Amino acid sequence: MKKKRYFGRFTVFLLCAVFAVLFLLPTVLTFTNSFMSEQELKSNYGVIFDSLQGGYSSEKVNLKFIPDKVTFSQYITGLFKSPDYLIKFWNSVLLVLPIVIFQVAVASVAAYSFTRWRGRIRSGIFFFYVILMLMPYQVTLVPNFLVSKWLGILNTRWAVILPGIFAPFSVFLLTKFMRRIPYSLIESAKVDGAGEWQIFTRICLPQCRSALYSIAILVFIDYWNMVEQPLILLQDADSQPLSVFLSSINSGEIGLAFAMATIYMIPPLLLFLHGEEYLVEGIANSGSVKG
Amino acid sequence: MEKNSIKRIEKRKDFLRSLCFLSPSLLGVGVFFIVPFGVVVYYSMIDGVGSRNFVFLDNFIKLFHNYSFLEAAKNTLHFSVLAVPLAVILAMVLALMLEARIPFKSQFRTFFLSPMMVPVASVVLIWQVLFDNNGTVNEFLMLFGAERIDWLQSDYGLYVVVFLFLWKNLGYNMILFMAGLANIPKELLEVADVEGASEWYKFFAIKLRYLSPTVLFVTILSLINSFKVFREIYLLTDDYPATLYMLQHFMNNTFKSLDYQKLSAAAVVMALVMVVLIALLFKVEDWFGKDVEG
Repeated sequence: MKKKRYFGRFTVFLLCAVFAVLFLLPTVLTFTNSFMSEQELKSNYGVIFDSLQGGYSSEKVNLKFIPDKVTFSQYITGLFKSPDYLIKFWNSVLLVLPIVIFQVAVASVAAYSFTRWRGRIRSGIFFFYVILMLMPYQVTLVPNFLVSKWLGILNTRWAVILPGIFAPFSVFLLTKFMRRIPYSLIESAKVDGAGEWQIFTRICLPQCRSALYSIAILVFIDYWNMVEQPLILLQDADSQPLSVFLSSINSGEIGLAFAMATIYMIPPLLLFLHGEEYLVEGIANSGSVKG
Repeated sequence: MEKNSIKRIEKRKDFLRSLCFLSPSLLGVGVFFIVPFGVVVYYSMIDGVGSRNFVFLDNFIKLFHNYSFLEAAKNTLHFSVLAVPLAVILAMVLALMLEARIPFKSQFRTFFLSPMMVPVASVVLIWQVLFDNNGTVNEFLMLFGAERIDWLQSDYGLYVVVFLFLWKNLGYNMILFMAGLANIPKELLEVADVEGASEWYKFFAIKLRYLSPTVLFVTILSLINSFKVFREIYLLTDDYPATLYMLQHFMNNTFKSLDYQKLSAAAVVMALVMVVLIALLFKVEDWFGKDVEG
């Protein structure tokens, strides 16, 4: 019996290990390959990127983990010599940071309202927010496009940022966290003569600091990874974020693309390693649509 | 009498206060989503932005005769049918495996979650290397005598995208399942252990019952997410993939031709489908909310 259990656990461990390798492989390969020299990459993957151009070659592709010779030349090119990539990276930052900051700010005020006062109209609005949150881009992009056109902000950053700020995801999640704050805490503050704004800033916000953090992480990854919105709303290639631009690689610049891809994953990965617990907490709480 | 009117004033004040806090968000949602969506509904029922004749359902009828829309809808649905069950079952398996007492448990969780954090654009090159005509997967399969397949251009392209979808989404779903597992009363499992119940029995008789709301939630969430699949395909191929033409492609390409009637009709149809799915989600929660407390 005991032996059987042990073997069962060993199998589970082995399965987990297999899954872990599958999950990590693409990320790790991107990272290690970014240190390969352009010639080495060419001899390894040349076949593929030639065939993308229409040519055919029978040479074998050679997936490799460890570069023969580690080189930083791609990073140097990407960061210092060719400003194109760095500008695109900066575009990403300029799009995503305002969205994260203002979405969380707008959401925290709204979530306070949903937490503090309930009524038929307000629960109706909340219900509507949940529906809106679950709508795919195919639905919301058309309205977004029309508004941007009317406001004259199409092809400017605002066309992506403004709808992003008012996306209802944070409102939903934050409301769920805030409703857990003990009511007695709010009540006693009120008895002490605190106004609503004071209750909000002095009690509610400090109480859900970790929630704010986990929501900020979730929103950040979502927008750092965006493709659909800039593709439609920012047709000007110069202002597009790196998440869109990375896919249009040139066969001569595979190495550079690997290096910039690696740089592009650093911010979300750092956030993840730093705040994994918050992230997990945030996801676990999105596990039901009821407020 | 006096008391009542004070109460009413208090209530109205509360309502105004709540509106104050809600207004920034409500204003933005109104301007960027509600009002334009109203216009979208209007556009879907007129014959042209210039002439503005009311044609009611004509645009919808045209849409349902449009070859690329039907193709896109079919492909998207096909993808959902393949991906959603896998996304639910595998995520549950991962969550259950992490319940076992194995070494490196928290590291495994981190690894399974990590794809969520990696931008698709960053790893797309590796996917191309793996699934190209001359790619690693083909080289590997040829060792077993299989034929070379140009994965992304063939009917198998869908499987590649399913694989990518799972890679990206399993971690999130797994966390939802782990949260569900944590809600199972410990005593119940302890009693089962004392009674000498097998792992299988414990799973089917106890865990699955408590997990059923999570299963349904993850199913519908994955279904909704599966409609969003596009990013991966767009980054792997281009605007017009051979076999992987999805609804988002249809939208993007219609944007380029600025056919507002077609776009609006498509958006309205999709919104309706989503509303049905979301209503289902709410029903499911109501239903289980009464059954098991969790």
